[in-house]
Order: sequence, then C-alpha cells, then structure tokens
Amino acid sequence: MFDSLSDRLGSIFERLRGRGALTEIDVRAAMREVRVALLEADVALPVVKDFIEDATQRAIGAEVIKSVTPGQQVVKIVNDCLVDLLGGSDEPAPLKIAVTPPAVVMMVGLQGSGKTTSTAKLANWLTTRERKKVLMASLDVARPAAQEQLRVLGEQTSIATLPIIAGQTPVQIAERARQSAKLQGFDVVLLDTAGRLGVDEALMAEMAAIAGATTPDEILLVVDSLTGQDAVNVASAFKERVALTGVILTRMDGDARGGAALSMRSVTGAPIRFAGVGEKIDALELFDARRVAGRILGMGDIVGLVEKAAANFEAEQAEKMAEKLAKGQFDMDDLRQQLAQMKKMGGLSGLAAMMPGMGAAKKAMDTGAINPKLLDRMEAIILSMTPKERTKPEILTAKRKIRIANGSGTTVQDVNKVLKMHQEMANAMKRLKKMGGMKGVMKMLAGMGGAGALPGPDGAAPAGEPGGAIDLGAIGRMFGRPGMGSLPPGFNKFGRK
Amino acid sequence: MSWFGKLTQGLAKSTKRLADNITGLATGTLPLDDERLDEIEEALIAADLGPAVAGRIRLRLADQKFAKGIDAAGIRRVVAEEVEQVLTPVAVPLIISRKPQVVLVVGVNGSGKTTTIAKLARLYKAEGKQVMLAAGDTFRAAAIAQLKIWADRVGVPIVAGEQGGDAASLAFEAVKRAQEDGIDVLIIDTAGRLQNKAGLMDELAKMKRVIGKIDPTAPHDVLLVLDATTGQNALSQIAVFREVAGVTGLVMTKLDGSARGGMLVAAAETYGLPIHAIGVGEAMDDLQPFTPADFAAALVGATD
Repeated sequence: MFDSLSDRLGSIFERLRGRGALTEIDVRAAMREVRVALLEADVALPVVKDFIEDATQRAIGAEVIKSVTPGQQVVKIVNDCLVDLLGGSDEPAPLKIAVTPPAVVMMVGLQGSGKTTSTAKLANWLTTRERKKVLMASLDVARPAAQEQLRVLGEQTSIATLPIIAGQTPVQIAERARQSAKLQGFDVVLLDTAGRLGVDEALMAEMAAIAGATTPDEILLVVDSLTGQDAVNVASAFKERVALTGVILTRMDGDARGGAALSMRSVTGAPIRFAGVGEKIDALELFDARRVAGRILGMGDIVGLVEKAAANFEAEQAEKMAEKLAKGQFDMDDLRQQLAQMKKMGGLSGLAAMMPGMGAAKKAMDTGAINPKLLDRMEAIILSMTPKERTKPEILTAKRKIRIANGSGTTVQDVNKVLKMHQEMANAMKRLKKMGGMKGVMKMLAGMGGAGALPGPDGAAPAGEPGGAIDLGAIGRMFGRPGMGSLPPGFNKFGRK
Repeated sequence: MSWFGKLTQGLAKSTKRLADNITGLATGTLPLDDERLDEIEEALIAADLGPAVAGRIRLRLADQKFAKGIDAAGIRRVVAEEVEQVLTPVAVPLIISRKPQVVLVVGVNGSGKTTTIAKLARLYKAEGKQVMLAAGDTFRAAAIAQLKIWADRVGVPIVAGEQGGDAASLAFEAVKRAQEDGIDVLIIDTAGRLQNKAGLMDELAKMKRVIGKIDPTAPHDVLLVLDATTGQNALSQIAVFREVAGVTGLVMTKLDGSARGGMLVAAAETYGLPIHAIGVGEAMDDLQPFTPADFAAALVGATD
C-alpha cells in the first residue's frame, strides 16, 4: 500500500545512520526529504507542512539524547507523528449503531470513489461480524443502473435491499428506507447516495437535505486512496455540508502511496473507520493507524500478517505445531504445512506486501520476475521426498537429491534452497523456543507497537503467528536478498541492508 | 454554450484555488525572488503537478530574467506558457479512419470509463458515424445494465452478454458483429482494475490478444481513462496499462470538480501519450477536445 513512500523514507534514514549526534542540520536535511516523499505520496500540501513542522520540532532537542542512533530516533519521531496524524494508536471507535433501531448510516462521496461497493461491504461486515439485520437502499437516481447495482450486490450477499420505485427523489427514497427498516425490524439501514462533486451546489444541497430528513447516526465519507491533492478540497467541501462521523478509504489494495490516508483525518477530524482492500465483498478491514504508519516506515505490516495468519490457521494444526515447537523439532512435513498455509493466506504476493522491505520482492513478482508458482514448486520438492527423508532431511545424499529434483521437475539447486530454508526456519524455531515461545514473540511484536491489536492470544491458536512470520523471512532470503524479510524486533533493526 | 465556454467554465471552477494562490502572493510588480518562486512551486504541487515537475517549472522560471519585476498576471502568463509548452505536443484528437475502428477503453475502478464511452458514442454518432458499443465489464454488478441504458439513450447498438461472462470472447463477438454490420466505430468497455493486480491485468492483455485474432490491426486505440482526482498514482497507472494493454491515448474525467488534473503535465513530460479529450461534466456533451492553451490558462487561473 505504501511501498514507495517506505522506500523513500528508508533511503533517507539510511544516510542518517551511523552518525554520532542528531544535529538540527541533520534533522532539517532529513525533513526536506520527508517533505518531498510525502508530497510524492500525494499527502496534501497543508498537511505536509504541519507534519514537517511538528516532526522537526519534536526531533530537535531533548528527545535526541535518548536515542540509540540518530537515524533510529528520527524514525521513531516520524513514526509517532505519522501515527498521531493517522488517528492515534486507539482502534477506530465502533460505528454508533447501538441506538433505537433502525440506526441510519449514510454514505457520501465523489463519483467513482467506491460508495456502492463499500455499502455492500459494510452491510456484509455488520451482518457477519455484528449479527445485525441490515437493509441497504440506493439513493442514486443519477447514474444509470446504480440502484440495480446495489440490488444485485444485495442478492449476492443475501442482504435485503429496498425495492426500487422509479421516479422517487433521493429524499423520498431515504424516508421510505427508514420507514421500511422500522416496520420490518431492521437494526441498521445503509443509505448509498449518488456521487457528487464538492463544487456542485445543487447536489451538495440535496445531500444536506437527505441528512436533514433522516438524521443519520453515522455519515461516512468514502474516499479513494488514490486521491491526490484534491483530498483536502473534497474533505472540507463535504464536512461543510454534513456532520461527517467517519471515513472509509477505498482501494487500499492498490499501489498508490496513499497520502489521502494522511490527509483525511487531519482535515475532517473524523476517524478513518475502514479500509477497502479488494474487489471481494469481505475485503473490508478496520483501519489501523499504527499498522499503516509502520508500513510507511518500511517496517512491514506485521500486525496484519499475524492477524491474517491467525484467522487462517486451523486450531488443530496450531496445537501440533506448538507441540513440535516446544520440543524444538521442525521437519519437512511441517515446512510443507506452512507452505500450504501460506497459499491459503493469499500466496506470496499478498504476504510479501505486508513484510518489511519486501516491497521489492512484491514488485518483482508483480512484473513476473519471480515466479509466483514458487510455493507450488517448493511443495512438489517436499512431496518428492520419502517420509523418512522428510523427518530426517540430514540423510539426503547427492544421489537422493538428484532423485528428488527429477521427481519434482526441479533442479538440485532448488532442492538445496528448500533444504536451506528449512534449516533456517528450524533454527528460527529453536531461537523462538529460547526466547520463551509465544510470549517472546508477542513481546517482540509489542515492541513494535503491534501486539495491542492482537485478539487475545491464549492457548494454541497463536502458534500460527510466528510460523507465518518467520517463514517469510526465510522466503525473503531465498530470493537472494539476505536479511530482506527478517522480522524487525523493534526499531533497532530498522532499515535495509 | 460553446465547448470553449464549457471548458473554461469547468476548469475555472476547478482552478480557482490555484489562481488564488498565484494572485494572492503578489500585489504590484515585484522581482521574482526565492520566496515567490517557492509559492509558485507550492501552488503547482497543490494542483497535482507533483514535486518533480513543479521543481522543474520553478527552475525554468528562475532562469528567466525579469529585470523590471513581474506582477501576478505576468506570473500566471509565464507559468501557463511553461505548462502549455509541455502539453502542446500531446494534444491529439482521436481520429476515426478505419472501418470498423476498434477502441478499447481501460482504467482503474471508478475512473469514469462507462460514462466516457457514452459521451464518445454520442460524439461520433453526431458526426454521422455508425457506432457500436460492447459491454466488456462483465465483473461489476449492473455494469452491463448501465451501458445498455446509455446505448438506448444515445441510440446505438450494443453487444452485451451476461454478468460473469468471458470479456474476451464478448469482445471477439463484438468485433465480428461490427465487421458484419458495417460499423465505423466499435467502443469496448472493460471492467475497472487496479494496475497492481497482475491477474486482472493479464485478463486485459488476453482481451487485446483475442481482439487481434479477428483483426490483426485491432484494437486501433486503447484509451486509458484517468480520474482528475487521482494524484501521482496516475503515472503508475499510465506506466502499467501502457505496458500491459498498449495504451495509445488518455482521457481525463471529472475536471469539473475541484481537482485540477495537474498530473497530466507530469504524464505528458514522462510518457508523451496523446491526450484525446477531457470530461467536464455529467451531461452527454461534456466531453471536450483537449486544448493545451485553455487547460494551461485555466490551470493557473488566467481569465482571458
């Protein structure tokens, strides 16, 4: 999501590393680069100015003394400022829908920002996660087939939509939607409005009229994360006319540098609630300021990775893994299981994007430089081993390796790579054991300001987390970039080498 | 209202702030010192020209000697000249010279592809051409219905399949039909896709290959529709769509809002792809030819 910006900041702080003290000149030089990086990342100019001022003030002076190295200190300060700007370290407040039903949620935004899709995603979220009975209504009488689009989405997700009556005005539809929701016992009614430009007086007035008629409990501004400098104008235009209570950032799965995320909160004052991360109906996530700030700084989306791993990891497997972990054993079958797990989590490209410093690998994969079939091939290699070889890979002789290579349609070098990866992972597992198993990992994550967001990890389930994370370090090394994917235990390992 | 009036009106709305920035900084005739250059640079950045292009324009301004100083109107004029100079080579209209000329329309989600297609269809129909549409967005719910409604309103035939169908074979079918029916222009819609989704981009490449099977010269034009609201990511969009889908020209939409579309300047500098038209409103005739002088003038807020 923020690959390019993190690359940029990474190279800036690279230059700062290794110097004895952080002088004002150093800070100003770094901040000039940060400024350009932020502008290139489409952060709105006024927001950039405030940010640079704030970060510079924080960086010069007493805080420097505490630093281990100047670069780390600047990283920490920029990170803190970013987190603040993005909405602080608290989770976004839940939607205010625990009211006398029906709660009214109104979606507003420019044309093409993703309102209709976000409406369906949010309805799906409220239905599946919060067990709410949701009614969706399209108030978009401007775009041809917009109402039809929401109806189809409702059908696909089995979420009720308001029957379409041709010729009604948006305000009439909104009132009808609220009435129907009330009579039919819906908990929440989502109003999907037409896209409108901030400079279009008639449509902005219409939006205010809808809000006036339905007194929504939430008014969410849907913003495309590809948005450029105009983000400021959009945010203020909508904020002027309706009481925005939150923001949904869409297309966060794109490769935009995502400056809109930084601009939105500071201009609207409303929290960024959700991020749209894909075309599928469940591709909606709670917005996490710390996570996004961490990615900007090139620390990778560790928390996201861990959450994703935890959600995918079957409890049973996790228990077995935990057992083996406790004994410090990790054989080829475990590696294969891990690979299968990774495939489930969205393959390499999905994971690589979340790992620190893996942006380059992801780019290489997207352009086809690295074969995304890598996981399949590695699996084939392991499957070509005998059970005995899998439990005791050390018995593999040159002859056996040739057989395995032939059996899997790969080369001996490939077989060696898998073995090396297994070795590294086994070592990592041992280290992990020394650190005190799960708790050590959690502590490590906490050091990065990540663990707070983890869902109460007791028992066996979190066993999947270190597995998922460490695998990738090894995979990163397989790409021939030593240390690229290694898990950074806090700031002291920041930067790439 | 004339198209020129529409354009300046649309752009005037969108560029008021930039004009404010540039005029607000100078009252009277003053030397073009660093401080004023800084402010010009920032105004350009705020118009989405990007820090690199803004920096270059600043340098070019600094090189010019304004011995007697320069007033606000003068600054606007020289900035507009710089912008116009960059844009002039890329202002190329989309000429229909083949029969059928196959135009493939691509872009990220929500950039305005379908609406642009409707406007193009109307434009070419008004010129007396036989136009046909193909509903190649088989992914988004009701995208086919949306284009069908437009085809009805404009009064042109449309080739459409089912949602979830294969877009490439639909395109193939459409080209065949266009050839049989003696159509002049076939405009093919595609599903919106983010350029970093390799799988979806592959689909687009496939669509193009399949069209080429029935007519090796087709598609003759691949239009990338850019949303003016988009920031510097537009450059990444151009780079990837050009690589995968062989984009031959650009259309910028939503210039009637508060976004100023300054990344067109960066795009022109970097890629030099023709800019065929701009969208300045929701009405059917709000697709305008791209005129660098007007765009540049409106961008810096010059009134004449």
